[in-house]
Amino acid sequence: MANKIARVAVREQDPAARAANFEEVCYGYDRQEALTEASRCLNCKNPRCVAACPVGIAIPDFIAALAGGDEAAAAEIISRDSLLPSICGRVCPQETQCEGSCILGIKSQPVAIGKLERYVGDWKIANAEAPAKRPEWNGRKVAVVGSGPSGLACAGDLAAMGYKVKVFEALHKLGGVLVYGIPEFRLPKHKIVEREIDSLRRLGVEFETDVIIGRTLTVDELLDNEGYDAVFVGSGAGLPRFMGIEGENLNGVFSANEFLTRVNLMGAYDPATSDTPVYVGRRVVVVGGGNVAMDAVRTAKRLGAEAVIVYRRSEAELPARVEEVHHAREEGIEFRMLTNPTRILDDGNGWVKGISCVQMTLGEPDQSGRRSPVVVEGSDFEIDCDVVIMALGTSPNPLIASTTEGLAVNRRGCIEADDSGATSRPGVFAGGDTVTGAATVILAMGAGRRAAKAIDEYIKNL
Amino acid sequence: MFEILEKRILAEGICLMRVAAPRVARAALPGQFVIVRADEGGERIPLTIADYDAQEGSVTIVTQTIGVSTQKICSLNVGESLADFAGPLGQPSEFVRMPIDELRRRRYLFVAGGVGTAPVYPQAKWLSEHGVRCDVIIGAKTRDMLIYTDEMRRVADNLYIATDDGSEGFKGMVTALMKELIEVRGEHYDECVAIGPMIMMKFVTLTARSYSLPTTVSLNALMVDGTGMCGACRVSVGGRTLFTCVDGPEFNGYEVDFDEAMRRQSMYRTQEKSALERHKCNCYGK
Repeated sequence: MANKIARVAVREQDPAARAANFEEVCYGYDRQEALTEASRCLNCKNPRCVAACPVGIAIPDFIAALAGGDEAAAAEIISRDSLLPSICGRVCPQETQCEGSCILGIKSQPVAIGKLERYVGDWKIANAEAPAKRPEWNGRKVAVVGSGPSGLACAGDLAAMGYKVKVFEALHKLGGVLVYGIPEFRLPKHKIVEREIDSLRRLGVEFETDVIIGRTLTVDELLDNEGYDAVFVGSGAGLPRFMGIEGENLNGVFSANEFLTRVNLMGAYDPATSDTPVYVGRRVVVVGGGNVAMDAVRTAKRLGAEAVIVYRRSEAELPARVEEVHHAREEGIEFRMLTNPTRILDDGNGWVKGISCVQMTLGEPDQSGRRSPVVVEGSDFEIDCDVVIMALGTSPNPLIASTTEGLAVNRRGCIEADDSGATSRPGVFAGGDTVTGAATVILAMGAGRRAAKAIDEYIKNL
Repeated sequence: MFEILEKRILAEGICLMRVAAPRVARAALPGQFVIVRADEGGERIPLTIADYDAQEGSVTIVTQTIGVSTQKICSLNVGESLADFAGPLGQPSEFVRMPIDELRRRRYLFVAGGVGTAPVYPQAKWLSEHGVRCDVIIGAKTRDMLIYTDEMRRVADNLYIATDDGSEGFKGMVTALMKELIEVRGEHYDECVAIGPMIMMKFVTLTARSYSLPTTVSLNALMVDGTGMCGACRVSVGGRTLFTCVDGPEFNGYEVDFDEAMRRQSMYRTQEKSALERHKCNCYGK
C-alpha cells in the first residue's frame, strides 16, 4: 500500500535564478511533505539501508517516528548515531549509501532518506533553543585539533560524557571543510553550520581559533604543558594536488581549495562585505569529477563565468553525488567527459588562454574497479578558457605528523590509526580525512565519535 | 582578538605594531611569518615577523600600506585589536638549526630593502645573540623611507645604508654597494640573505652569484590560509613547484624563478586597484 505513493519531489530554487545567487538550491521538505514521504517506508525487518549507512543510523525507526508525527522522537533516534543530521542530510552521497540500498528503489524510487534526515535535523536546530544540559565536569581535559566534522563529533561526545574539551582551529572561522570547502548554496553556514557549533558550545565545548597545531602549539605541548589528558587529531586532508603539467603556474590557474576558500571562507562573492579578491575570468575550466569539482564549477558559474567540467573518465564514473551533477547540468554547466588536460596555454603575458587536452577512451578496470581511461592517440585539441581550476583531490597536511614525536604515518602521508582512532602514540587519537585521505563528512563524523569512546576508555584506564 | 600594545609610524605608509599574541611569541623563530586579519570581512594578510618577545607575549609586525587590507591594519590604534593573528608559520631561517660552532665560523651579509628591512632584524638579532658575525645593508629610495636603522646598528657588526638619491649613505642601489664591499673593500661573506621587493631580491641574487656567494631570499607570495591548503603561493624553485607558506618562505635564491614569482604576485592587481578606489570613496562619503 505504502509504496504506491510516489516519492515526494523536493522543492528547489529555479535553476536559472540560482545559477546567479549563492542561496541554498534545495528548499527541503515541509512538514506535510516529510510526513507523506516518511509514510512510504516499508519498515523492512532486515533494513538494508541501515547496513549501508556508514554510522548505522536506525533509519526505519526514525522514519516511523516521523511518519507518526513525532519529530522529537525521530531526532532522538538519529542522535544515537549521528550528531550532524542537518549537515549529513545535505551532503551525504545517499544514492550509494542508504537510498542506494532501499528496497523501494528496485521497482520505483527509494525513500528520500537524506531529505527526511535533513528535515529532522533542521527541526532539531529550530526547536532546540533550550540549553542542552551541561554534564558535571569529570576533572579531565581533552584537546581536539580541527573543527571539521570529525573534531566536532568527537568534541560533542566527549563533552556529553563530562570532559572539558577545547577545539583548536587553524583558520579564523570554525567548521573546517564545512565552511571553507562546501559552498553556501549546498550547506548554509549561518543557518546550519554555526547553529550546530552553537549547540556544542551549550554543551560546554570551548573553541580557540588561529591556533595551528604543529606551529603555534605542538601536540606534545598540549599533553605536557597545557594539561590535556588526550588529543584527538581531526586536521583533515587540506593539501591540494596539481597535475604537474606545463603551464600550471600561469596566472589564472588555481586549486579548487584556493578558489572555494576565497569564495566560501573569505566571502569573496560579496565585495561589499569582504576584502578578499577572487578572479573568475570569462570562461572557467574545472578539472575533476568529484563533489569539489562540482562545487567549484557551480561557484564559477554563479560568479558570472561560463563554466566547464573536464573529466578523464565517462559520466558513469563521476565520483560526485548524483544530485550535484544533476543540479550542475540544470544550471547550464558544460560537461566534457573522457577529456584529459595535457598542457595549459600561455597568452604570451603569463595568463591562461586555453587548455590543451586529449580524448580518452575507457580500458580495463583499475584497482578502484572503475574502467581506467586510455589516451586516444592523435586526439589533441584545445578548449578556450582564461581560468583553470584543479579539483584533483587533496592529501593530509604533514604539519602535525612531522612535529609530533612518535606519530606514525603511512605512505600516503595519512596518520596511522586503528578503527577506534588510536595512533602509534599513546594518548593521541586521530580520525577523519587525516587518517583516510579525502572522504565524506559522515565517515569523518563516525570516526570522531568512535575516537571519543576510545579516548574515554583510555583516560579511565590512566 | 589580539590587542595592539604599541604603534609607531616608521616612515610614510610604513607602520610598526607590537601585538599581544603570547602563543605566537613563545613559538616564533627568525624567518617565520604570521597571518593577520584586521577585522571581520578582512583579508588574510601574510606578514613576516619583525620581532618577538616570549616573556612579554608580544610579536612585532611592520606593515606597508599598499591596499585596502593593509590600510585597515594600519588604521588600528593602541588598545584596539586585530581580529586574527595566526602563526608562527613557515620554516624558520636555516641557520637556526645549524650547529653553533659551524655558524660562528661564518659571516653573514643581509641585504634589506624597504619594508623588508623589518624581518631582517630578528635574524640579525638572533645571530648577534648567538655570537655570529653579520653585516647589514639597508636600501631605500630616500632617507625618509629608511626604517630600523637604530635597531639594526645595535645587532649588526657593520650597518651600511644605500639610498637611490644619496640622501643618506651610499648613493645607488644595494647591489652596487654589495659590489663595493666585496670588490673594493675586500669583505668576505659566507652567506647572503636578501629580503625586500621581489625585483631587489632577484638582482641581489644575481650579484651574489657573480661572487659565488650563496644567497637566501624570503618570498612574500600571495596567500590565503598560509598553512598549505590553497596553493596560491606556488613558486618554482629548482624546477619544482613548492608552496611558499609551508616549504618557505625562505629559499635558495639561485633556484627561484623570480620572473614567475613577480608575475604571480600581480594576480589580483586589477581587483585590488578597484577595491582601493571603492575604499577611498567610502572614506570620503563619511
